Amino acid sequence: MARFRICPDSGFYFDRSAESLIKVNAVAAAVSLLFAGIMALGVILTRWQDVHLLPADRFYQALTLHGINALIFWIIFFEIAILYFASSTLLRCRLAAPRWAWLGFVLMVAGAVLNNIAVLRGRSSVMMTSYAPMQAEPSFYLGLIVFAVGALIGCFVFLGTLVIARDEKTYEGSIPLVTFGALTACIIAVFTIASGAIILIPTWLWSIGYINHIDAAMYRLIWWGLGHSSQQINVAAHVSVWYLIAGVLFGARPMSEKVSRTAFLLYILFLQLASAHHILVDPGISSEWKVFNTSYAMYLAVLASMIHGLTVPGSVEVAQRRKGLTKGMFEWLRKAPWGNPVFSGFFLSLVIFGFIGGITGVVMGTEQINLIIHNTIYVPAHFHATVAVGTTLAFMALTYLLIPVLFRRELFLPGIAKLQPYVFSAGMTLMILFMLGAGTLGVSRRHWDMAFTGSLLSFEYPGTAYVMMAVAGIGGVLGVVGGAMYLVVTVGSLLFGRKKDPEAGLLQSFGFPMSSGRYGVARAEPLPMAPRLSVEEHGSAGFEAPGTFVLAMTLLVAFVIYYFVNWDYLSSVWPLR
Amino acid sequence: MTSYMPPSERVWWKTPIGRDEVLWIGIALVWCLVMFFMMPYWHIYGKQNLSNEAYQTNAIQFQAKVDAMVAAHQVREEAHIPVVRPPAGSDVYMLGRLWQWYPILELEKGQSYRLHLSSMDWQHGFSLQPVNINLQVVPGYEMVLTVEPDQAGEYSVVCNEYCGIGHHMMLGKIYVTEN
Repeated sequence: MARFRICPDSGFYFDRSAESLIKVNAVAAAVSLLFAGIMALGVILTRWQDVHLLPADRFYQALTLHGINALIFWIIFFEIAILYFASSTLLRCRLAAPRWAWLGFVLMVAGAVLNNIAVLRGRSSVMMTSYAPMQAEPSFYLGLIVFAVGALIGCFVFLGTLVIARDEKTYEGSIPLVTFGALTACIIAVFTIASGAIILIPTWLWSIGYINHIDAAMYRLIWWGLGHSSQQINVAAHVSVWYLIAGVLFGARPMSEKVSRTAFLLYILFLQLASAHHILVDPGISSEWKVFNTSYAMYLAVLASMIHGLTVPGSVEVAQRRKGLTKGMFEWLRKAPWGNPVFSGFFLSLVIFGFIGGITGVVMGTEQINLIIHNTIYVPAHFHATVAVGTTLAFMALTYLLIPVLFRRELFLPGIAKLQPYVFSAGMTLMILFMLGAGTLGVSRRHWDMAFTGSLLSFEYPGTAYVMMAVAGIGGVLGVVGGAMYLVVTVGSLLFGRKKDPEAGLLQSFGFPMSSGRYGVARAEPLPMAPRLSVEEHGSAGFEAPGTFVLAMTLLVAFVIYYFVNWDYLSSVWPLR
Repeated sequence: MTSYMPPSERVWWKTPIGRDEVLWIGIALVWCLVMFFMMPYWHIYGKQNLSNEAYQTNAIQFQAKVDAMVAAHQVREEAHIPVVRPPAGSDVYMLGRLWQWYPILELEKGQSYRLHLSSMDWQHGFSLQPVNINLQVVPGYEMVLTVEPDQAGEYSVVCNEYCGIGHHMMLGKIYVTEN
């Protein structure tokens, strides 16, 4: 029975139905990103006070659409594609229950459309968090529920594929690290979706009148089991993507399988509890509970991220040193393929995620420091560093890798692709840094007018805050340009990119399989274990990756300084007890 | 031979770990412990800690407490909002509603007050500016914290939790006077 196609460039095995499903999920992700990006432009041009583009109602509507499409639809569609890739393609295994996978996809699309229509109708501008008792239309919640059910089906198709792969012995030994990371993401996703169901189903019933009260504090507690945990799916997924890209580009292998896998395991065990850092200044929650959740629990997850922060670039360094790039600390990095957007996207994602997203996240997740940060624009600055640069840029880099391999097209406008990661990350970094600054000056998030026009009372932020929001606006526009460049390249490649296979037509770009003759392999060769390497010393002072160690120590120094600067700032505000 | 292939050792969990990794994990763990100890340390020695005191309430109950304070201690009116000067050390109340913080408080520098916060309708965010203290105000819950204004001046309360179309007009005031 015809089943697999072997990509002649990469050697990847694509199962016929998995290939179509990966494509359609990736395309749906890109459509969501397009929509999110257009809304982003409206949001940032309104927050830039001199431009102040949208009226208040349109602004909150655009912000709701931007948040949901960027944080949920773009990322989860893409993650489902990653799950199918990491199971079926990497393990050379047929996809479990493709019909169920299609049902999942259809539900996800239907849910996303339903939710977007609810917001577009104008009576559901409740932000992504939709905090009760502010109420959206029933179809807003229903859309999210239907989407989540579809995503859950995708998770089970992934798990089923792992079971089949094990059963049919499509690989030797243990599953690869990348698949292990994807499994981590999947397990967190199941927990996340369960939290979402626990809170969104009653909220939906409340919106149609079957339940008369949703406790606002309870809503926040459980909703964040969805809201933050979903970002942990992203972390696990994009760290897996980092390992994958390091492996494909450099032949990098994990410095230690044990260390990297343990770090993923720490995510599963502890990241969920870290969701508590969203409710650090809420009434009715004790300090003991907050400290437990955000230290014991969260810091073990932070430890895991710090481990990946060393082992991902470390694996690249070790691989590069083996190839003879051993001069000094950083020859391996200097001579990396900086012109290849797969590499530059991956590396910038890693650096900005760690240095900006990671550090700010831990600082604001500290119980007392949260007092000076909660709900200021510092918060979206933080998660744009983690999600918009960390996750999104990693996924962009992966797209550049997949277009030739999966879609069998050459990149359209490769010159634009080459620049894209730089433009996107420069714009986003500029926006993030100045939003962090404005947040420190107290500028509020989710706020239409920092001049408070129409209020009976008045308050004026310092002039610096306005300047910072203007610079953030410039950065944000540049970021949107970077995002548009990504979409031009990817959509352009799918439509006009030179075919690497004569059968890779327009329909194939959007999920149709090629002729059955292309899938000539009925049963794939089992995936062998990675070959052993002879033990050699390539680093210096007994270190395998001395350059990476220096980078990691730089991160730590920045982290320590910034952490105590914030305590100092906290000590200057009104005493509270 | 890469991260997307099965590990080269069948028993990969028994392979030795490189020196840089061990050292980094050790350093990172120590740093996590330092960060953990900072929070209890601040509870003991720091001056900015959020109280754990909170009660379930409702809009009618809380409004009654606010009204009683306004009736007893109003000193003037500003923009049709009463300005209240409660005695030092007393319980003071502020409510958030669409789209106003009510009433305006006048406090004395260096004195401590038990500040009660709640919302009458949706969630609001109490963001004291330019001090930059931010608290979540949740309907149905009354948060009580002790504040001690340490500088005289005019302070504003910005709402920093999105609460609908008039969110940007929702401002409050707290005056702190020299004693």
